[in-house]
Amino acid sequence: MTIQRLLIANRGEIAVRIIRAAQSLGIKTIQVYSEADANMLAVSMADEAVCIGPAPAAQSYLNSDAIIAAAIAANADAIHPGYGFLAENANFVRAISAAGLTFVGPDADLIDMMGNKIAARQTAMKADVPVVPGSDGAVTDLDEAASIAEKIGYPVMIKAAAGGGGRGIRIAEDEDSLRRLVPQAQAEAQAAFGDGSYYLEYMVVNARHIEVQIMGDGKDAVHFFERECSLQRRRQKIWEEAPSSSLDHNTRMALCDSAVKLAKTVGYVGAGTVEYLYEEKTGRFFFIEMNTRIQVEHPVTEQITGHDLVAEMIRIAGGLQLSVAQEDISINGHSIEVRINAENPAMQFLPSPGTIEQLALDHSDDVRFDHFLYEGYTIPPFYDSLVGKLIVHADHRDAAIANLYEALAGTTIKGIETTIPLLMALTKAADVKSGQIHTNWLEHWLEKQS
Amino acid sequence: MSDIQSPLPGTFYFTPSPGEPSFKSAGDSVSEGDVIGLIEVMKTFIEVKATEAGTFESYEIGNEQPVQAGQVIAKLK
Repeated sequence: MTIQRLLIANRGEIAVRIIRAAQSLGIKTIQVYSEADANMLAVSMADEAVCIGPAPAAQSYLNSDAIIAAAIAANADAIHPGYGFLAENANFVRAISAAGLTFVGPDADLIDMMGNKIAARQTAMKADVPVVPGSDGAVTDLDEAASIAEKIGYPVMIKAAAGGGGRGIRIAEDEDSLRRLVPQAQAEAQAAFGDGSYYLEYMVVNARHIEVQIMGDGKDAVHFFERECSLQRRRQKIWEEAPSSSLDHNTRMALCDSAVKLAKTVGYVGAGTVEYLYEEKTGRFFFIEMNTRIQVEHPVTEQITGHDLVAEMIRIAGGLQLSVAQEDISINGHSIEVRINAENPAMQFLPSPGTIEQLALDHSDDVRFDHFLYEGYTIPPFYDSLVGKLIVHADHRDAAIANLYEALAGTTIKGIETTIPLLMALTKAADVKSGQIHTNWLEHWLEKQS
Repeated sequence: MSDIQSPLPGTFYFTPSPGEPSFKSAGDSVSEGDVIGLIEVMKTFIEVKATEAGTFESYEIGNEQPVQAGQVIAKLK
């Protein structure tokens, strides 16, 4: 393998995770850190550590020049971006290549393409991956709109072509409401953006978020089955599991095969995740986007398949082929991950940075806790609130949920507020236990609790 | 004369967004509940509000500078 010295361009728990994977491959690690992160766990675990700038991420973990300069000075041959920060920044990848270094991930043009919603959708369609039905571009004529809506099916969302961020979206339940709402949407878009054109998109009601883990080496690609991440707050996943409890065998295979087809169509290199909305009542799934990096929730996939995804993506970046064939990947049991955040769920999730006064983990052997905490460590206020991911595994989903409750009860983190009480309550919620969840479920449930 | 303290550690901002004027300037009258600044903590922005009325005197911390919980960020007369 061509990688002998790996620089980790991230922080927190994922930096720890990458160092462990690199160590298992016999690779030397170089950890970068900001001035606020000199005491973080990954710095003490790595073979070497380099300060790359002040606390604000823009001056450190998002500072491409500083990171590449550190990599060159430390004689690194590759850079692992983790998730977030520069992980999906094509210009960072180009700069790494220009410096003669290896990026652990796909090439810059592919990141650009998947980062562009329209290009990603077109690529998915080319690979026969189902996308959310909608109008091909902007619509201006009301009769044309009604005819398109009839084809894609109701309810449909009416979105301003010039808008963004969900602004001005209207939902039509049938043709009458479409004919009433389109003129309103047009007038509003004209006033707000000076452009009254709009497009239509099918609305998946009570959608479940299901994603497929794929890995490619440029020649071949495989899937590691799916994860379900329907429990979200403000579009942030807080509970992820594998496999999904809502798929039958045929749907699962169709879903996973479509993700592999997409990966093969683009000659994908590295770890990636193809995200879908799943409509349970019809069994239909629709591509929404592809993430070209390792995901926060990758451990549940590792627990059910027994494969180390982070090590595999490093091996592939080092020029090796996929170490595993599709027929050697199977689902064993059920795994759930919850995100423990430094937030106070009793106070509108107010962030709670601070010093860890006590850390006690009374966990059974099959519990995995990916974190970066130690007693006396002060979690800085400048970055994400994720402090650890608690991951359980059992033969069945019911047993995994029971194990999760025990593992949460056995996790003592004093000195900061965490989301542990919320996560414990979720393990007792009837809908969670029965698997009747969708992407808006958690916010509705939180409203009912308050 | 009273001090306004930061409720949380984080990064302090005295403008609503980059390039805009500061929330308050010297001599401005301040009512209870007026927003004085923002603290960015773990990617969340928290408004710091005046807990009593007065006349604005000064910011004690620069824009986009790190701040500790309890640190004085502004003074009122």
